[in-house]
Amino acid sequence: MSAINSPALDRRQFLKLGGMLGGGLIVGLQLPAQVLAAQPEASLTDLGAFIRIGHDNQVTLVMPMAEVGQGVYMAQSMLLAEELEVDVDTVKVLASPANAALYGNPAIGGYQVTGGSTTIRAFWTPLRQAGAVARTLLIAAAAQVWKVDPASCKASSGYVYDASGQRKLSYGELVDVAAGLPQPAADSVVLKTREQMTLLGKPHHRIDTPDKVRGKAQYGIDFQTANLKHAAIAVCPVLGGKPVAVDEAAIKAVRGVQQVVLTDEAVAVVADNTWAAMKGLRAASIQWDFGDNASVGMEEVVQQLDSESQQSGGLARNDGDVEKALASATTRLEAVYQLPFLSHAPMEPMNYTVEITDKRCDVWGGCQTLTLAQATVAQLTGLPPESVFINNFLMGGAFGRRLELDGMIHAVKVAKQVQGPVKVIWSREEDIQHGFYRPYYYDRLWGGLDAEGKPVAWFHRVSGSSIMARAFPGAFVNGVDPDGVEGAKEPPYEFDNIRVEFRRVEPRGVLTSWWRGVGPTHNVFMVESFIDEMAAAAKQDPASYRLALLGNNPRARQVLELALKQAGWGKQLPERHGLGVSVQFAFGSYLAMVAEVAVSEQGAVRCQRIHAVIDCGLTVNPDTVKAQIEGGAVFGLTAALYGAITVKDGQVQQSNFDTYQPVRMYEAPLVDVHIVDSLEAPGGVGETGTAAVFPAITNAVFAATGKRIRTLPINPSELKV
Amino acid sequence: MQLQINGKPYDLDVDDDMPLLWAIRDIVGLTGTKFGCGKALCGACTVMLNNQAIRSCLTPVSVAKGGSITTIESIDALPQGKALQQAWVELDVPQCGYCQSGQLMSATALLLSNAHPTDADIDGAMSGNVCRCGTYQRIRQAIKNAAQEV
Repeated sequence: MSAINSPALDRRQFLKLGGMLGGGLIVGLQLPAQVLAAQPEASLTDLGAFIRIGHDNQVTLVMPMAEVGQGVYMAQSMLLAEELEVDVDTVKVLASPANAALYGNPAIGGYQVTGGSTTIRAFWTPLRQAGAVARTLLIAAAAQVWKVDPASCKASSGYVYDASGQRKLSYGELVDVAAGLPQPAADSVVLKTREQMTLLGKPHHRIDTPDKVRGKAQYGIDFQTANLKHAAIAVCPVLGGKPVAVDEAAIKAVRGVQQVVLTDEAVAVVADNTWAAMKGLRAASIQWDFGDNASVGMEEVVQQLDSESQQSGGLARNDGDVEKALASATTRLEAVYQLPFLSHAPMEPMNYTVEITDKRCDVWGGCQTLTLAQATVAQLTGLPPESVFINNFLMGGAFGRRLELDGMIHAVKVAKQVQGPVKVIWSREEDIQHGFYRPYYYDRLWGGLDAEGKPVAWFHRVSGSSIMARAFPGAFVNGVDPDGVEGAKEPPYEFDNIRVEFRRVEPRGVLTSWWRGVGPTHNVFMVESFIDEMAAAAKQDPASYRLALLGNNPRARQVLELALKQAGWGKQLPERHGLGVSVQFAFGSYLAMVAEVAVSEQGAVRCQRIHAVIDCGLTVNPDTVKAQIEGGAVFGLTAALYGAITVKDGQVQQSNFDTYQPVRMYEAPLVDVHIVDSLEAPGGVGETGTAAVFPAITNAVFAATGKRIRTLPINPSELKV
Repeated sequence: MQLQINGKPYDLDVDDDMPLLWAIRDIVGLTGTKFGCGKALCGACTVMLNNQAIRSCLTPVSVAKGGSITTIESIDALPQGKALQQAWVELDVPQCGYCQSGQLMSATALLLSNAHPTDADIDGAMSGNVCRCGTYQRIRQAIKNAAQEV
C-alpha cells in the first residue's frame, strides 16, 4: 500500500487532562472541549489518549495500530518509553477503539488501517512526541515542587531527579501537579538524537511474549461473556449465490442447537457450544442457488488475463523511448510471468462475536480497519456509528485478511437474528474457500540488451486485479493502481528507457485483496526474475550484473554486497544446488536476499539457507526486524513451493492445510538476517522478507537446474532430471 | 462425564463425540488451547493425554475419559514445560502467537519422552505443528536450549 499523505494529521497536537478517570496524567490528541464535557464517564480510550500515567505509576499506552504478530505492541511501547523515560516492560498496552480522527494512520490517508508495513513509519514521530510532552510536564511539575529550574532536573525510569541526583519524585507522585501545568506543543519538544537513545535500536524482549507462551493471550476467538451463543457458518460456495433451503428438523435434532439462521449469502447454526453448532451445520443438507458465477474456472480467468494483457494499460512510468530502444537492441527478451490466487490462511480462523440491541452494537474480534468496520456495521444495523463499538483483539495472524470486513459482516447479519451475544466461527474450510485472495497476476516483460549485454530497454506491463480501485477508488488515477505497480515502477536499477504499465483485469466470481507484501510481493518476483534472465542472456554473473546497474544506489549496493559476502557467493556447490539472489527497495527499506536451494532428481525444491541483509533505516527493535524477515521468508517460501488457490465451477478447490499446504518445520530454512547500521528514516519491515524470497528461490532453482520458473507455485514435474 | 484436566476433575454434561478441544474451550473455559483446522493438520489444538501429545480437535472426550489431560495453562508445573516457556521468552519465539500453545505442547511431550532430541527428532515431533508466521527456526533453537536446562 502506498503512503498517501494526510496534511491534517501531519502536525499532531497533544492534550493533557487532569482530574478524570480518578486522576493521573493523560496525554492524548487534541479533542474539542465539548467532546470531553459530553463524556464525564469516558474511558481512557474514549478520550483518544496515547498515554495515561496513574498515581500508582502505571503507564498505559493506547496503541493506534493493531497487533497481528508483527511486534507493534512492543515497537509502539518502545517509541513511547524512549522519550517518556520509563522502563518499557512496565508499559501496559490497550487496543484503540475505532476513531480515525484520534488514531488514524498518517501513512494511509488518515484511515485507521494497520497494513502496508506502515506502523513504524507513521508513528515514529507522534509516539515519541507524546512521550516527550508527558516527560516535559512531569519534569516541570517536579521543578515546581522543588522550586528549581526544570532544566536542572532529569527524568529516568519513571522518576524525576534534581540536579544533585539526591532528591527524586516518582511520576505517580507528580501527575496531579503535572496535570495542572500548561502543555507544551507537540512540535516544541526536542526529541532525542540517535546517540541519546537508550532503548530504540537495541534488541529487547517483546512484552507480549509471556502471555503468549502461557496460553493467556486473548484473541478474538477466546472472547467469552455471559449467555454467549456459538454459531457455525456456511457461506455459499459460489460467490453471489444464496441459500434456498435447509433440513431444519435434522439440524434441530442435534443436541444443543438453538436456532438456524439464513442470511442472503449464508446459513448459520446457533448452539450452546461450537461443537453442537458445527454438528448442526453438517446435518443441514443445504440447498444453494449458486447464481451467475457457477461456471467460473481457471481457464476463463487466465484466458481473460492473457488477452487483456496484450493491450496497453495505464501508464505508471515512461522514461526515454522504450519502443525505439527495443527496436535497436542487439538482444531482445520477452517473458510472461504468472502468479496464482493465494489465501492468507492465518492460524486463527475467521470469527467475530456480535451483540445487537436496539441501542448499540458490540463487536469483539481482531480487525485491521477499525473505522471502516464501525461505519459498515452502523450501516448494516441502522445504528449511528457512535453506537457501534469495535472491540479489537490480538489477531492470530492476518497477513492482510483482516483488512476485509466480510467476516464481520456475515457475523452481524447472523447476530441481527439472534438474541444476545453470538460468536460466529468459520471452519478452516470456510476460511480457505471464502477468502479475499491475492490477485492472479499475469505480467508481460520486454527487455533489450546492447552488444555488451547491458540493458537498454525495460518494459513491464502488470496485469491483474486492482485492489485500490475497489477499496480506495480515489487512489486509482489514470488507470494506475499505485500499489499494483509498487516495486515495478521504481526498480533499484538504472534504466535509460523504462516503461511500466498497469492493466486492470478483474476476474469474475473471485474476490481479491492485499496479501502480505502487497504490490512488491508480486512485482519484486517479476523484476528480479527478469533481471536474472537478462544476466543469463548476457552470459554474466547475476550478482555482478545487478551491481553494475546500482551505481547511483549506494544503499542497495551495500545490502547486496553484504548479502553476497555472507552467503559466500561464487562458492563451489554440489550438483543440483544453486544460489539465487534478489534485491529490492520496498516499504522504505532496502533488502537483499541470497537463497541456497537443492533440487532433487524428482524435482522437489528444498531451500536450505537464506542470507538476508536489510537497511531499514533507524530501527526500533532490531530483534523484531530479524523475526519479521525470518518469518516473512517462510511465508513467501510456502507460497513459492505450494501456494495456489484454484477455482472450478465457481468454487475454490482447496479447503484445509492438506490441500493448501504450508511449509512445516522440516522444510524451514535457516534464515540469517543482518541489519545494516543506518541513520536513514525508518522503513517498514513486516512484508519485506516475503517479497524478496520468491525470486531468490526461483533464481536459485535456475542456478541449480538451468530451468527458469515463470509461473508459481514451482511445479516439481518440470524440474525432474 | 468426568475429565481430569491440569490435575483438576471436571464434570461435564456433553455428548461422547464432542472433541476434547471444544470441551476444554467452550465448556471448561480454558482458551489457551486453540482451534486451527479441525482435522489434525495444524497442531494448534495440541494437548497432552497421559503425557502424550494429541490433537484435541479430533479426539472425542470419550477417549480422554479416565486419562490425565494437560493443557498449556499448566505445563509450567513440569520442569520440561517451564524450561521451554523460558526458552520461548528468551528467544522471543512467538509472533502472532496463536499456534504457540500447540507448539509448546508438542515440544513438552517431546522432551518428556526424549531429553536430548536431535534435529531430526525435533523435526519429527514438531512437523505436525504449523506456524504461518514462520517461527520455526526459533522454535527449534528454543527446544535445544530448553533441553540443556532440564
